[in-house]
Amino acid sequence: MTASAVTMEQVAPVAVPAKRQRFRFVANKKAAVGLFILAIYGILAVIGPWITPYDPGARGDDLVQPPSAEHWMGTTHLGQDVFSQLLEGTRSVMFVGFFAGIVATVLSVIIGVTAGYVGGKTDEVLSALSNVFLVIPALPLIIIITSTLNNAEDWLIAMVIGLTSWSWNARVLRAQTLSLRRRDFVEAARATGERTWRVITFELLPNLTAVIASGFVGTVIFAVLSEITLAFIGVTSATTWNWGTILFWAQGQQALAQNAWWWFVPAGLAIAILGTSLALVNFGIDEFVSPRLRSAGKTKIKTNTGRTVRMRIGFTPVIRKEPLP
Amino acid sequence: MKYFLQRVAFYLFTAWAAITLNFLIPRMIPGDPVQALVTKYQGQLSSQAIDSLYVLFGLNKDANLWEEYVSYWKQLLSGDLGLSFTFFPTPVSEIISNSLPWTLLLVGITTVISFLLGTGLGVLAGWRRGSWTDGLLPVTTFLSSVPYFWLGIIAIYLLTGPDSFFPSSGGFDAGLVPAFDQYFIPSAIQHSLLPALTILISSVSGWILSMRNMMVTVSSEDYITVAHAKGLSDRRVAMSYAARNALLPNVSGFALSLGFIVGGTLLVEIVFSYPGVGFQLFQALGASDYPLMQGIFLIITISVLVANLLADIAYLLLDPRTRKEG
Repeated sequence: MTASAVTMEQVAPVAVPAKRQRFRFVANKKAAVGLFILAIYGILAVIGPWITPYDPGARGDDLVQPPSAEHWMGTTHLGQDVFSQLLEGTRSVMFVGFFAGIVATVLSVIIGVTAGYVGGKTDEVLSALSNVFLVIPALPLIIIITSTLNNAEDWLIAMVIGLTSWSWNARVLRAQTLSLRRRDFVEAARATGERTWRVITFELLPNLTAVIASGFVGTVIFAVLSEITLAFIGVTSATTWNWGTILFWAQGQQALAQNAWWWFVPAGLAIAILGTSLALVNFGIDEFVSPRLRSAGKTKIKTNTGRTVRMRIGFTPVIRKEPLP
Repeated sequence: MKYFLQRVAFYLFTAWAAITLNFLIPRMIPGDPVQALVTKYQGQLSSQAIDSLYVLFGLNKDANLWEEYVSYWKQLLSGDLGLSFTFFPTPVSEIISNSLPWTLLLVGITTVISFLLGTGLGVLAGWRRGSWTDGLLPVTTFLSSVPYFWLGIIAIYLLTGPDSFFPSSGGFDAGLVPAFDQYFIPSAIQHSLLPALTILISSVSGWILSMRNMMVTVSSEDYITVAHAKGLSDRRVAMSYAARNALLPNVSGFALSLGFIVGGTLLVEIVFSYPGVGFQLFQALGASDYPLMQGIFLIITISVLVANLLADIAYLLLDPRTRKEG
């Protein structure tokens, strides 16, 4: 049985003609777990507001009740259902996160790749611009800007976050473009007379995909945290629900003093799990691009003489079968 | 030296950009927020204070943008940031100078500790890949995804209480007057422990991760293999060869991510009602106190710029290549 299984495995790759593995990225365990969690959040963002058991704003008679069969995550000071608020809030969080991520990524690609590819004075100006945005603390800036916009809507908040958080990615992309610019295939494309925009979109961008994707995921994490922070400190309107709004009311109504852990723990965990899943996707991308970073698995090997040998890059430990003299 | 001067010039430019942003943002406020506030404090504001507010927030219809900009600079250079509305009639500069030391000490010390600790653990995790240190990664990933302020709330919930050693809010015992004596200092330290711990836990993981990745990259370089082959002790190779070279990108990363960290730590102050600028900013937001908000943003930005300059100097000392002439 075992023997035949082994031969099957060995034969299989030979029988199937070498095919390009489309979903190799998903084979990475970290990325797969991250994408799976992200998909659940995505589904909840779409259907969340439709499947809420209660109206998240509706008052009830059970004030500050712990979780029960009727209210899975307890109730607030007005008898509102925390679980419904959490479900309703998912859409806003996901929307702002991804919208801001897209805005920032588009900006960073335009600025970073242009700076890296064109060079010269353009590069100096664009680099200085992105460095300025990098050094100015983004969160206080976002707070100041949104506080001047009265009760800003989600898309406006996402725009503000996107417009202030592109600089890190632009910097990384510029560095990457600089290293690609003098490679042979780019030189060849230029020599055959391809236009600049074509060199950028068809020669450079495909090679920057991983960097862009990882930057996008990073910005989404930042945008989600920023939006929740804004809602938590009460800058944005308290009538649309997101997880920060729940925390805002919990903090304002002394949930801590009332021992109402169910009021603030679920929202925080929801943020943390979303953040973790995005970070896992990012690790997946990093390890996909640079295989060295993968966890090496077990590196300590016990020889039969009882000594332990640690495997290291650049070394080939020899494990002898026969006992040493 | 040339490198150093370039950096100084860059920070001056950034400071100018931040101040200009600060000048422009209130001019985008729809309506006339200052007028609303002036009406609210009718009779309490001197005409000079009202003038100063109009310079800070625009809305002076007689002057064009350039003239406003010039007088804005004049006012800033004389240290006048306007009057705060929340703490009327205290000048903003006075409020900030009272709260800034708290933030500088709390955030400054914890950030440095977090950087050193994270880098140390990162060296370990990168060098001993495949041992128990790999278990650090998922844990730190989770912790770094948690918002700072939520971690603070949980810390208050779990660790404070009537009998607990940790106070849940404030910067010192209510009965004390800030002074450098044997009653005040221990109380201040006791109050800062929990906020510091919160910041430490959520910020340390970033350093661990970036240092680990640098260590992994560096440890496959040829000079590491050579060092091993020469028979140097494992410890020496790890510290003097691998860690030293892996440290450089982490130091420049430190400078660049300061802005992010400071943003997060302001929130911790809010949760703990710690008397720093973050808590002041929170109070200012609640009261639509625009002069205080603007002043705090300016001060935070300038502090981050100075910290960046210090990190650059550290980099200069660590990396001989930057000292090369030409």
